Amino acid sequence: MHIPDGYLSPQTYVPLYGASFIFWAVALKKFKKDMSAKYIPYLAMASAFSFLIQMFNIPIPGGTTGHAVGAGIIAILLGPWTAVIAVSVVLIIQAVVFGDGGITAIGANCFNMAVVMPFVSYWIFKVVKGNSKGGMRLYTAAFLSGWLGLSIAALITAVEFGIQPLIAMSSDGRPLYAPYPLSVAVPVMALEHLLLFGIVEGIVTVLLLKYFIKHEPDLIYAVKEY
Amino acid sequence: MTLFQKKLWIGLIIMALLSPIGILLPEKFNAGDAWGEWGTDTLEKLLGYVPEGLKKLTDLWKAPIADYNLGSENSPIIIQVLSYVISGILGIAIVGGVVYLISRLLVKANGKEHRV
Repeated sequence: MHIPDGYLSPQTYVPLYGASFIFWAVALKKFKKDMSAKYIPYLAMASAFSFLIQMFNIPIPGGTTGHAVGAGIIAILLGPWTAVIAVSVVLIIQAVVFGDGGITAIGANCFNMAVVMPFVSYWIFKVVKGNSKGGMRLYTAAFLSGWLGLSIAALITAVEFGIQPLIAMSSDGRPLYAPYPLSVAVPVMALEHLLLFGIVEGIVTVLLLKYFIKHEPDLIYAVKEY
Repeated sequence: MTLFQKKLWIGLIIMALLSPIGILLPEKFNAGDAWGEWGTDTLEKLLGYVPEGLKKLTDLWKAPIADYNLGSENSPIIIQVLSYVISGILGIAIVGGVVYLISRLLVKANGKEHRV
């Protein structure tokens, strides 16, 4: 889901940089106001976790690969605004140091995986969980949170790819940037994430939540009472 | 560092050591790039051409460890596996370090550094 350089037109990547800037600014402001030193090691570990889980490419035999992102479980454990920071740092380092995702697409990739995904995941978790403190409902909420969070991020990415042929064509009628239309990009990316990569994300989310509930339940942002 | 945190860090290092699964499995199942992340060679094969705008931007940035690989695409698999583990460890160090720095700067400013 890391958009490389060249796949998005400036008409797409510039506004998405703008959108991500807004979320970064708010996230850093909230962080400065609310964060206490106790959480810093967890934030560093959350970033490291997201970096590592993304290295586990999952193959579709004979086809493409994909991976979990970890943004959902980070949003549940540390809050969605903290997840914006944790995952954005990962995506920026991936682009700059490892060439994974383009420099021009940092805004887009952060918007998809570090903004859309943590907020969608967090919101789904809170809504499905309701007042439950444990048990089936809580873990169903966690699964759906990871599964749909990643799938919806993929859907947004597919829309960004798919609108490129509508935005920019060369004089001979060929697309200038990402070549596939919405009718191809959306079903391919939505299905591969709904049927495989999202399920892995859901399972990872459930397992980690279980682990934290068992060992450090007071840490979990999304189950705290306010 | 609490015992719980120590366990989590160990878990992360184990993940880095196991990360080559993420290149070996796709290789075994003959799965290529993620959808929409092809290089220009693959695009040429898929489409018969490389989109003009894409061609201009594609080599904008030369990453120091492109594709988590210290060798090249044709390096022996052992080089790729080792590169991947090194990338994982470097990744932990870099993202952890950056987050730690940002946090230290911001949290110091709000006076909550001693609140536990």
